[in-house]
Amino acid sequence: MITVGIDVGSISAKAALINAGELIGSRVMLTGYNARNAGENIFTGLLDDLGIHRDAVDRIVATGYGRNSVAFAHKAVTEITCHAVGAHFQDPAVRCVIDIGGQDSKAIALDSTGRVKDFAMNDKCAAGTGRFLEVMARALEVDLDAFGKMSLKADRPAAISSLCTVFAESEVISLIARGERRANIIAGIHESIGSRVVAMANRVGITEPVMMAGGVANNIGVVKALEKRSGKTILVSAYAQVNGAIGAALIAAG
Amino acid sequence: MNNPDKPIDPEREKRKIKSVKRMKDIMTHYYIDAKTTDQTGKKVAWITSGGPVEPLIAMDVIPVYPENHGAMIGAAKMGVDLCEKAEEMGYSSDLCSYARADIACATVNGGPIGGLPRPDMLVCCNNICGTVLKWYEVQARYFKVPLFILDTPFNHTEYTKEAYAYVRAQLNEYIAFLETHCRKQFDFDRLAEVGRLSMAGQRLWQQVLDTAVHRPAPMSAFDAFFHLALIVTLRGTRTVVDYYTELLDEMKTRVATGIAVVPGEKYRLLWDNLPVWFRTRWLSDKFAAHAACLVADTYTSSWCGTLKYLDENDFFGSMAEGYSRVYINIGTDQMAGMVMDMVDKYSADGLVIHSNRSCKPYSLGQYDIQRIVQEKRGIPSLVIEADMTDARNFSESQIDTRIDAFMEVLKS
Ligand code: SF4
Repeated sequence: MITVGIDVGSISAKAALINAGELIGSRVMLTGYNARNAGENIFTGLLDDLGIHRDAVDRIVATGYGRNSVAFAHKAVTEITCHAVGAHFQDPAVRCVIDIGGQDSKAIALDSTGRVKDFAMNDKCAAGTGRFLEVMARALEVDLDAFGKMSLKADRPAAISSLCTVFAESEVISLIARGERRANIIAGIHESIGSRVVAMANRVGITEPVMMAGGVANNIGVVKALEKRSGKTILVSAYAQVNGAIGAALIAAG
Repeated sequence: MNNPDKPIDPEREKRKIKSVKRMKDIMTHYYIDAKTTDQTGKKVAWITSGGPVEPLIAMDVIPVYPENHGAMIGAAKMGVDLCEKAEEMGYSSDLCSYARADIACATVNGGPIGGLPRPDMLVCCNNICGTVLKWYEVQARYFKVPLFILDTPFNHTEYTKEAYAYVRAQLNEYIAFLETHCRKQFDFDRLAEVGRLSMAGQRLWQQVLDTAVHRPAPMSAFDAFFHLALIVTLRGTRTVVDYYTELLDEMKTRVATGIAVVPGEKYRLLWDNLPVWFRTRWLSDKFAAHAACLVADTYTSSWCGTLKYLDENDFFGSMAEGYSRVYINIGTDQMAGMVMDMVDKYSADGLVIHSNRSCKPYSLGQYDIQRIVQEKRGIPSLVIEADMTDARNFSESQIDTRIDAFMEVLKS
């Protein structure tokens, strides 16, 4: 059976295709303005990549913030359940998933079967999310992809204390004005995300093995900050960003 | 009013609670009475929702509740405007939205009923929070009217003799305050009668809520939020007793004929904290779409939760304890205990916690309560961050996802 999971997030859309319990391919693109189009485009894009015809797909599950706008999906499932299933597929030992997405962050505790035991999400504020990093990258005029590596060169991470993204941005600007090294500022930003997310994740319990999902997992600086703050080792798979889509495709397979 | 273009759905009609209309009439009359005292010569007192209202009724003073008004403002989706107005006046957006809405409304006579009637006096009891102290002081200055404060110490672990004596003494001061400002003697026999009616009303309210023990529940917490207004505003009058008798009959009939408020009820949930007044319909539909019914809540049951401390034969004396030991004036462990009792009583499958940006005393300790309930009852719980009247603190897509995910956990 061929199934597809489509994860329409606030910043990026992801799709994954599963055939007979095996991951065949995945794709990521920017969501853009129209979530409805994003679902369609990522789906056809993935099928084109893989040379698979639309009719060959048996079932589709949509997830993410735009899950209800993917009209051709058979079912909508939240990204919380999908991330748990996806992480369990990638490593059945995983008991906790930390997902930092565009507009929210979540911690999910799962049991040995990949079932969600409990979850916590950040409140309405953008601090501790992918969007927060984007804002900071703009303020620092650094490409977001370079953030992770740059922060590893820090010798004394700066302290960013504000919980509000806008105020944190002005803290960053005043650090720049004071001549603080970029690496230290970026490391400080990562630590501030780390402490927020770990505090939230502690509500559900950070039981090892811990896996990180979501696009921010590709930022080594955030992963290190999370490890430092929680004192736990965090696994990052090559499929971190499409983990939710993988979970959705698996759920579609039933 | 029937919309001729919209066909009536007989299924939906059947599930509607018929008493609602009478309840609306009663509330309309109550507000008309309160707003026409220039013709009747009666006095109006503003009082906090958990305040000792019975002595006012015994003195023929019309009690008016800014918090009930706040709920109406919220339900009418007028909260944001009034909160913004208060913020323009210099109040912090961190202040309780009931307080902000009321303080702003008093200056413009806005809101769904054109403002509350001018008070002749204010009665503030801090058994619900500390915010009301400053809020009522502000209003006392604004209207230049006397303010009585009943200070009920917080019950961290247990209720003490000292706390009792302290509050009991203030009740005497309360009576003296009323005698001074109403210029007449207090009638204790009348209070005993009002006390009996108050307790009868509370007992009936509890019985109404208890009908939701039945599976499927004939009413949900969303209905309780609506019908609550009477026990809050008219407690101690015959009207409440009569109305809840009728409502109870209707609920019993629904149980007997198997009318469920949520068709196909599968999941039973317990709600904690105030309602989100401007989104009750949305939330109710959202849960119903998952075949989930909010069968009980910690909020509406607060107005009958201290019956065990009240004494029909010495109502006045027992008010000290009854008004001190309300749900949000007790420690977190006791609150968690009460939540678990409700989980058991109503056979709840899950707990929905509204972390209310406005109401700090109610929201403090919720994560502990969540943990305790999870450990001792093993049921899942969900935290929703919102506010009872300030819609700026409500993020639909976030809450939508949380509820869906929570229901997926419950169903799995
Ligand atoms: S803080 Fe809470 S208890 Fe106090 S007035 Fe506001 S809503 Fe009521």
